[in-house]
Amino acid sequence: MAEQVKVLGSWGSPFSKRVELALKLKCVNYECIEQDLANKSQLLLDYNPVHKKIPVLIHNGKPIVESLVILEYIDETWRHNSIFPHDPYEKAMARFWAKFIDEKCNEGVWKIMWCKEEERGKLVEEVLQHFGTLEGQLKDKKFFGGEEIGMVDIAANFIGYWLGLVQEAIGMELVTRDKFPVLCRWMDEFVGHSVVKPILPPRDELLAIFKARFNATAWEY
Amino acid sequence: MSGEEKVVLHGMWASPYAKRVEIALKLKGIPYEYVEEDLLNGKSEALLKHNPVHQKVPVLVHNGKPVIESCIILEYIDETWKSSGHALFPQEDTYRRARVRFWADFIQRQLLEKFIVTITAVGEAREEAIKELRKNMELLEEGLRVNFFPEGIPQYHFDDQKNVRFLDITMCAFFGLHKAQSEFVRTTEIIDLQRTPLVFSWVESLKEVPVVKEVLPPHDEVVNLLRGFRQNAVGSSPQV
Repeated sequence: MAEQVKVLGSWGSPFSKRVELALKLKCVNYECIEQDLANKSQLLLDYNPVHKKIPVLIHNGKPIVESLVILEYIDETWRHNSIFPHDPYEKAMARFWAKFIDEKCNEGVWKIMWCKEEERGKLVEEVLQHFGTLEGQLKDKKFFGGEEIGMVDIAANFIGYWLGLVQEAIGMELVTRDKFPVLCRWMDEFVGHSVVKPILPPRDELLAIFKARFNATAWEY
Repeated sequence: MSGEEKVVLHGMWASPYAKRVEIALKLKGIPYEYVEEDLLNGKSEALLKHNPVHQKVPVLVHNGKPVIESCIILEYIDETWKSSGHALFPQEDTYRRARVRFWADFIQRQLLEKFIVTITAVGEAREEAIKELRKNMELLEEGLRVNFFPEGIPQYHFDDQKNVRFLDITMCAFFGLHKAQSEFVRTTEIIDLQRTPLVFSWVESLKEVPVVKEVLPPHDEVVNLLRGFRQNAVGSSPQV
């Protein structure tokens, strides 16, 4: 049976792009079906009835949801070009850092984007600490995965590309070259990677959306 | 497995996350040393050294190397001790593995964490959390039926410990105490026999598994602990 791989995603979503990146790294052909999140399709509601969110990977008609779960599925199903370490301990570490990125870094930035002014200082202090912890994992490695992109790099994609645009849109610098030189060096490597670069959403369009969203909520500094 | 293996589990008597790991280690027959951590009055130096990022339990230290986060530890245990006991995860079927991971994440974020909000929040936030917890338990009922037990749970199913696996452990380590937890949610049972019969029978049968029975803390101690948390939450707020 010819393999059928579809991704229900959204052009600007980092979670969607995680899935696409993993599939591209594994040279798996897929069809991307763009979803309108303001007007969810029946397809999305059928394949992700619990959360009704993207991304959804549909493999030969069977849906897999939640981006980190999808990454594990992709690595276990198409075993070449591993994105996870083979050693169980290193694999556990990769899983830990992917979760840390989502729960502490990404979630931290999200809270800052939408918080009240009086809460901002403390939230910024916390998230900067988390970025410092994450940066400590890089040391002198090119990527979190070593010489090549791995699961943790894919999980950190929001930091790699979207974060810079969010910072520009809200007029706030969280990760700067002088404070986080190693992380910024990683960001350059990440967005310049031959598989990552072509699938990144267009900068200007994404920035325009962020700016419009934040102007609408009258964010003030 | 060599005779040099050293496994240490840093846990806490009431932590469902630590209980998950204990159940897994016991099911697989892996010898380990247990260190009870006093999380309020002084975490051990070993804990702080092995989990500097979160400073929480559980931490599994295997031959000096720490593994953190209960679900990650369970995957690590299953991958490292392949020939000990039975497999905790589906082995060949990657789609089933994805389903198991999805529902484990659901149990964690949509059930366990929502329950914690019902204890620590007051007023409208608490009412909202109670409603969501009930709705999510019904989603679990459906998910369980569609994905894992379409014919219901066979009688004596968990008498064979080999049938106790990752998702079962993830659920029963916390919701095995649903009767104690229900005392704090006022008008509703956390796991309602009428509304969620499959979840109810799942948890009730898992509670009877000898290893689970041995590991779960006593009902009354859990009630006291939750009462303490609830009093803290209510005490610091004009709302209830």
